[in-house]
Amino acid sequence: MSDALWYFARGSGVISLVLLTVVVALGIGSRSGKPAFGLPRFAVSLLHRNAALLSVVFVAGHVISLLFDPYAQLRLFDVVLPFVGNYRPVWQGFGTLAFDLLVAIVVTSLLRHRLGARTWRVVHWLAYLCWPVALMHGLGTGSDNGTWWLWTISIACAVAVVAAIGWRLSTGFSRFPARAERQVAPRLRKELEEVR
Amino acid sequence: MKLHVDWTACDGRGVCTELLEEMLVEDDWGFPVARDGQRSPAVPPPLEGAAKQAVDRCPMLALKLIAR
Repeated sequence: MSDALWYFARGSGVISLVLLTVVVALGIGSRSGKPAFGLPRFAVSLLHRNAALLSVVFVAGHVISLLFDPYAQLRLFDVVLPFVGNYRPVWQGFGTLAFDLLVAIVVTSLLRHRLGARTWRVVHWLAYLCWPVALMHGLGTGSDNGTWWLWTISIACAVAVVAAIGWRLSTGFSRFPARAERQVAPRLRKELEEVR
Repeated sequence: MKLHVDWTACDGRGVCTELLEEMLVEDDWGFPVARDGQRSPAVPPPLEGAAKQAVDRCPMLALKLIAR
């Protein structure tokens, strides 16, 4: 039984990484304002959300199975408090940190209409921190670190995210590059700050 | 029900014009324009579900449904 928990934790962790990679790529795709990955814009947006919610399910399974795993010795507060674990505390801590960030990003997204776009966006940018932290957690901890297949999956995920970020930073990214920058007249800037 | 666009927030990402094709078209810069020319176009009852989805999916939170 304890072996089953350990296998489940490893598998769900890898699936979570793959799903989160898809979520990041789709999130960048939806930001472009263009149909991306052969999908219309609303589909990119919905798939981004649904893949994110599915990744939460797998991350929850990953964490819960480790809570009952006798080897990982995960205590309840290890789920939220990073870097104090019994088993490879630094690498496990990255997992806890990524989990905290993921929860913050998902909860603010679900409450987006109440929080307002500005607060939501600031928290959503943490995805760019959450994803690499989750990747490092996967590479550093667990019994699969150093296996060829985990390296292959991790490198493929990293390539996908780096390519998406490269696309994000390229000049042809947004649909109307000519109107990409919203300029505020210098004489109005002070008033704008006051309004905000 | 009427659809209200907050033009200070709208960035013309084009999600609403896909979800509410019957009501909205894109202008040359990708911003939504009501087909009936109204500032806050009325949402016909069969399109209320689609309008709610458009409000939910707007990445800039620029859409709002207002009760008449």
